[in-house]
Amino acid sequence: MAIVGTRMTRVEDHRLLTGAATYVDNLRLPELAGAAFVTFVRSPIAHARITHIDTAQARAARGVVAVYTAADIDVPPMGTPPMLTNGAAMARPCLAKDVVRFAGEAVAVVVAEDRAAAADAAGLVDVEYDPLPAVVSVEDALAGRTLLFPEAGTNLAHEAGELSAADPFADCEVVVTREITNQRLAPVPMETRAAACVPDGEGGLVLWLSTQCPHAVRDDMTRQLGLLPGQLRVIAPDVGGGFGGKIPSEVDYTVLCWIVRQLGRPVRWMETRSETMLTMNHGRGQRQRVTIGGRRDGTVSAYRLDILADAGAYPHTAWLPSATVWMATGAYGIPRVEARARCVVTNTTPMGAYRGAGRPEAIAAIERAIDLFAAEIGMDPADVRRRNLLRPEAFPYQTPTGMEYDSGDYPAALEQVLAAADYPGLRAEQARRRAAGDHRQLGIGLSCYVEVTGLGGEEHGKITMDADGAVTAYVGTTPQGQGHATTLSMIIADRLGVPPEQVSVRHTDTGSLDQGGGTFGSRSLQLGGSVVHEATQRLCDDALPLAAAALEADERDVVLDRESGRWRAAGDPAREISWAELVRRSRPGGSFSVEVKYALPKLTFSYGTHLALVEVDTETGQVKLVRFIGVDDAGRLINPLLAEGQRHGGIAQGIAQALYEEMRYDEDGNPVTATLADYTVPSAADLPGFELLTRETPTPHNPLGAKGIGEAGTIGAAPAVQNAVIDAVSHLGVRHIDMPLTPERVWQAIKEATS
Amino acid sequence: MIPSAFDYARPSTVQEAVRILSEAGEDAKVLAGGQSLIPVLRLRLAAPSLLVDLGGIAELRGVSESGDELVIGAMTRHADILRDPLVARYAPLLAQATATVADRQVRHLGTIGGSLSHADPAGDLPSVSLALDAVMTIAGPAGERSVPASEFFVDYLTTAMQPGEVLVAVRVPKREGWGTHYEKFNRVAQAWALVGVAAAVRRENGSIAEARVALTNMGTTPLRATAVEQALAGALASADAIASAAASAAEGTSPSSDVSASAEYRTHLAKVLTRRAVAAAGGIDAA
Repeated sequence: MAIVGTRMTRVEDHRLLTGAATYVDNLRLPELAGAAFVTFVRSPIAHARITHIDTAQARAARGVVAVYTAADIDVPPMGTPPMLTNGAAMARPCLAKDVVRFAGEAVAVVVAEDRAAAADAAGLVDVEYDPLPAVVSVEDALAGRTLLFPEAGTNLAHEAGELSAADPFADCEVVVTREITNQRLAPVPMETRAAACVPDGEGGLVLWLSTQCPHAVRDDMTRQLGLLPGQLRVIAPDVGGGFGGKIPSEVDYTVLCWIVRQLGRPVRWMETRSETMLTMNHGRGQRQRVTIGGRRDGTVSAYRLDILADAGAYPHTAWLPSATVWMATGAYGIPRVEARARCVVTNTTPMGAYRGAGRPEAIAAIERAIDLFAAEIGMDPADVRRRNLLRPEAFPYQTPTGMEYDSGDYPAALEQVLAAADYPGLRAEQARRRAAGDHRQLGIGLSCYVEVTGLGGEEHGKITMDADGAVTAYVGTTPQGQGHATTLSMIIADRLGVPPEQVSVRHTDTGSLDQGGGTFGSRSLQLGGSVVHEATQRLCDDALPLAAAALEADERDVVLDRESGRWRAAGDPAREISWAELVRRSRPGGSFSVEVKYALPKLTFSYGTHLALVEVDTETGQVKLVRFIGVDDAGRLINPLLAEGQRHGGIAQGIAQALYEEMRYDEDGNPVTATLADYTVPSAADLPGFELLTRETPTPHNPLGAKGIGEAGTIGAAPAVQNAVIDAVSHLGVRHIDMPLTPERVWQAIKEATS
Repeated sequence: MIPSAFDYARPSTVQEAVRILSEAGEDAKVLAGGQSLIPVLRLRLAAPSLLVDLGGIAELRGVSESGDELVIGAMTRHADILRDPLVARYAPLLAQATATVADRQVRHLGTIGGSLSHADPAGDLPSVSLALDAVMTIAGPAGERSVPASEFFVDYLTTAMQPGEVLVAVRVPKREGWGTHYEKFNRVAQAWALVGVAAAVRRENGSIAEARVALTNMGTTPLRATAVEQALAGALASADAIASAAASAAEGTSPSSDVSASAEYRTHLAKVLTRRAVAAAGGIDAA
């Protein structure tokens, strides 16, 4: 029986749900015995010159091993990627040197015998700051009155895309323009950043790290620390969520490795929640100016997206808004589309990938623009979408912003959602409440999204088959809770005809697989899955002549029976051999092993339509999400149960952006929503059950036919909810409210529209 | 983060707790449920030299009847309140408000006495204690004394208790024939109230005979909405009368403007929520 496509429960869950998981801080390895504990001393202010650091009192405190500042650490700063327009003079020192550029930047580090001593001593490091003007808004940053990196001569770190000199809206009957803020968010994984590091006894290091990308971290740290290849091994044990925040190589990790080399003893580090809120990269943070134009019959003919994006204090991922430019056109066939992003440094926590990473910002903009256009011409937003969505016959479709969409049926997803929701019925109920002046107004919001997936298009893997038939797969993707071990073992089991329990999947250790891409950008199933798919094919190719020899048959007559996992000779059912027997016979005392590299030939594009139904209390502005219906198409599903899990989490995070979360700073660059009490992450109690419908249009670009699903929910959900809330109060004259649509913002918008 | 070093005592009687606290002076803190204190210690916003844990004093936990009053031990956990039949019968307002406190985990550790002694104006139970005319029983070196809720909350996070004193019980008059309601407005389920309104209403022949209305998070302490109460006393039990009374809900309040809400918004919410709370308490349909 085929296993792929079934709702097999996760092999990870028993361990994770019974507290048997091993996160970095739970590691109790002999080599970590006697580890010292590391705590960073972080700047309480956003922008200042460091005039003096006195570590004497801290060094003299109980249990302190060492205290270091930038003056001690002879490691070069972490350079920005070469693709940035102006990144060369914006490198990040391991510890702040002379200047701090955001509240939370590390200025010193304390090593102590235990966690409590480290915390006590950190409070004794005396740092004197001479405050500089803080650059907080992207507009101020662009104006450049204060420069974060004077030697760069600008705060503009990166530019992508361009706007044409010609007016693309010249022939439009209707043109609508709006400023939109896509707010700054914090990833907030359950497990904060954490690491443990030991000398390996041969001049190298082993680093256990809560990371999404062990191999990239190994390469970056090796380079920065001047190690020889092979001197650093990075292992990610169980990782408690990442959402993009655990992709980057961080200066904190460099400092840890440097300390271990300095002291020659193991160290541990686990930051606090308060630290994580300020030090793990934030995401989103774009000011957008959208312009949409077309005809009164609902045809959209031109669209422009101009983005001013926040890179935070160090612009290592200032290229991310490029993804917004790529995806600017959304799911529509708009003849003229142009987009530009300018990304500036500010005195705030550095930005980076956060679930969707540049792509949700594109869909939020176009989906808002479509609704603004619909409101302007007085047409139902569903009808405007019907008129402008790409048709299935358009694929492969070359977008005006340089993407090639692979496959799908976008209008069918829209119609499926509308039918499931009884859209006409909802509109009728909305009209009834409007006529009655009910204080609980109904809003219906749509979002037709398309998402580029499978980023970082190359992956590595290795499969071995032992003499007892046990299969071990090593793969360069690495999970933070997604269930890779389950899905990859299903693919392998199906391909080799062995039970999934007989397959173990190993990831996350640079010592067991030399190359790997990690997990981000909705890539792991497509890349990791395709790698193991390729590897099983290679294993079968290698085994075929051996099986033919064993069965004394011609290769052309020998097949692997994928039901039983036995090789058979055609026409003679008695002649068969199991994998285990084949290994024992062909490789006495050994095993079969193949190692492969897989490259995704082209990017894939998941899509879908989400509908949110909300009730808005017009007296208080409070929003109640009543129903959420999602149709998602991520190509062929390996395990629909796990795909649904990804959609649930993603939709919850999209709703969180629409209604609840925002990282805010005051005008001096002090974070004001940096605790979980203020940041308002919603929980299950705040969300309805989701009604999920599925389409499966395979992609032609990988052997699984699969596209990514990890970020789709986040991308689709936020604009659906935002549009729904605005729809609920549009009859009062409200056209737009920025996310998060807090009750106070909704109340203010109603008040302004009706006064 | 982890707290600064402190000493820890776990007395088994109230007398012992009072003695330890009196000797320690202002540097000691009482640990009740820890749901507010522990975060403050972990963030190192407070660094007491001694924590006196009341968790070992059995006599402080539980609900009993004494004449016209319910006597609720200060260390009674929120979860105990929620399943207590006496509270359900005589003080359902307390149960209703307690059900909105934070999340399930917090409700199993947090205590009514801790919540009231912490005197956070954003906490739900302080305003409820006002609306119920609760009386606090406080033990100190000189013995026990009683302080009505209306005199208990002195300022932001400050009560009438002196160093060396502990709250031992909350006495709540049994209210039969009253309708009550707690209207809480917050952003997410486990969050503090932006504004909350506790209302108790006694009806008589189509009129409102008396009303108690108390406000959460409309100033540095929980507040009685006295103007509303006066306007309701003797008023017709109608939606219009309630709306008219509720319009003065923000009188005498001084709500803060902070990261969660502006003072202007809180002022508006106080009026809307008061109308809704009183209507619900009085069983009147006020839309």
